[in-house]
Amino acid sequence: MTSTAMQQLYQQIILDHAKARHGAPAEGLPPLEAAGRVDPAAAGLRVTESHQVNTTCGDEVTVRIGLRAADESGTSAGESAGDAIGDAIGDEVGDAVIEEFAWAGDGCSISMASASVLHDTVRGESVATARALLDTYREMLRSRGTIEPDEEVLGDAAAFAGVSRYPARVKCAMLAWVAFEAALLAE
Amino acid sequence: MTSPGSSSTRAIARPLTDEEVARIRNDFPILDQLVNGHPLNYLDSGATSQNPLSVMEAEQEFYEQRNSAVHRGAHTLAFGATETFEAARATVAAFIGAEADEIVWTSNATEGINLVAYSFSNASLGLGGPAARRFALGAGDEIVVTEMEHHANLIPWQQLALRTGATLRFIPVQDDGTLDLAAAAGVIGARTRLLAVTHASNVLGTINPVAELVALARGVGALVLLDACQSVPHLPVDVAALDVDFAVFSGHKMLGPTGIGVLFGKAELLADMPPFLTGGSMITTVDMHTAEFLAPPQRFEAGTQRISQAIALAAAVDYLTETGMARIAAREAELGQRLVEGLDQIPGVRLLGPPAGVERIGLASFDLAGVHAHDVGQYLDEAGIAVRIGHHCAQPLHRRLGVTASTRASTYLYTTTDEVDRFLATLAEVAPFFGVTT
Repeated sequence: MTSTAMQQLYQQIILDHAKARHGAPAEGLPPLEAAGRVDPAAAGLRVTESHQVNTTCGDEVTVRIGLRAADESGTSAGESAGDAIGDAIGDEVGDAVIEEFAWAGDGCSISMASASVLHDTVRGESVATARALLDTYREMLRSRGTIEPDEEVLGDAAAFAGVSRYPARVKCAMLAWVAFEAALLAE
Repeated sequence: MTSPGSSSTRAIARPLTDEEVARIRNDFPILDQLVNGHPLNYLDSGATSQNPLSVMEAEQEFYEQRNSAVHRGAHTLAFGATETFEAARATVAAFIGAEADEIVWTSNATEGINLVAYSFSNASLGLGGPAARRFALGAGDEIVVTEMEHHANLIPWQQLALRTGATLRFIPVQDDGTLDLAAAAGVIGARTRLLAVTHASNVLGTINPVAELVALARGVGALVLLDACQSVPHLPVDVAALDVDFAVFSGHKMLGPTGIGVLFGKAELLADMPPFLTGGSMITTVDMHTAEFLAPPQRFEAGTQRISQAIALAAAVDYLTETGMARIAAREAELGQRLVEGLDQIPGVRLLGPPAGVERIGLASFDLAGVHAHDVGQYLDEAGIAVRIGHHCAQPLHRRLGVTASTRASTYLYTTTDEVDRFLATLAEVAPFFGVTT
């Protein structure tokens, strides 16, 4: 009795991402200080993370991002680099690029798939672009099925449009995205 | 393994028949509805049960004819309200083998446990005078709980330990979902002051051997608090026969309304305990600096009480008594076995708790390999089947079992065998739908 409603909610893209989990290291996230580089600040990356829990079901996701200030790319070194990015992020981060994106989590197919899709969607993008995508995605999920997503803009994230008809599952689809948003704001 | 008042009674009782259950369902209007185009299949009574008409009518009748504050005012309505309110207390007391003055109304079981914890906390500060000293805790004292407790029977004790310097210890759960009694004998010792344990697990369905646990506690002079949330609604329970010092349960899990719960305490203990919540209706004489308190149970019932809820809960108790607790328990034992035997047949299902053939209450929790509980619950809901998903307020137990979340189907006196079978048939579709091969 596989209903059409279930197939619309659990699109194949979602089931595939839930299994593939792009951006989630099989062994979990390394300790923060070892995140990709020995000293992220020296490499010119500002590394932050956020851990979010859905208290309804206990699902959890940690999103870790590494930002590079636009005019620092490639060549920066020394402690001043980290400070410069910190300043830049404090003021206007729009040009900074999400150079690294990794996550770890445990949860339902919708929360895991949305984290995987988020990785594919924002990695390599500027903070300004990612924020705009986040707003579009959130607006779609809160629409209770009234917004037809623009696949050109949202890519695979458009597959979550069906979730908006299930208000109880919107939190699942937002979990990683909220973690990402918090990581952008984290000190 | 027999615990007084439960298994022995259940063995001889005749289970409710399918025909009787069909008649019972007529008393529960909420069950007669479609959810997502399918007949509602309500398998979440472990979280909250449904109300029969008689319970809703009792509440309505109170508001239509007798609504008034109790234990104050000399007018006719107030007198009538007080009489009905106290009659409700006597009904609930008789239902569990207690005296009326041993029944304290609370908002729910959680508040009942907190009441005991804060009373002990206040005793530890010296409140309640010399009589309350036996409830005082400090460094070196131990509170024992089990690894299978609901957060409601864990966190209040964690907090009490933090406030008093006492130590919290645990009786471990074995892989088959039963308590490790050999270990319990080592954990419960000379320093143990209180054992707080669940009668029946809300996740595993395990019925704990209360007699053995009480004997261990008595051997070291410790008090026993029983979380009876999953036993009083489903099994005949006699707190006097079980010889526990305290027991708590919630009205909404036993056909009653939300907002009402019960703390049972032995009269001689309640008499010496300092109050938790204070204010109006719990005092004798008050001056600007001090107050003297009423005897129990009023000492523990500050402020305007949950009057209509208490009266509705008594109507629920009447409904359960007329149906027969032993027969309800026998019926649910059958449904519980039907659930676990059916779950055993579904590829990828790992049952949490005692295996088929072992005594359990009428619920079963499980993990389905490769499919998260939230997705299982979503698929079932689409078919009109209501189950609980998540950690069921028992995160340490789930961690112990190596899962973060599970799915639970829980039955009650109105659950049909067909509903259990439809649940099992639908569950068998879930792993294939999510592309999981087992």
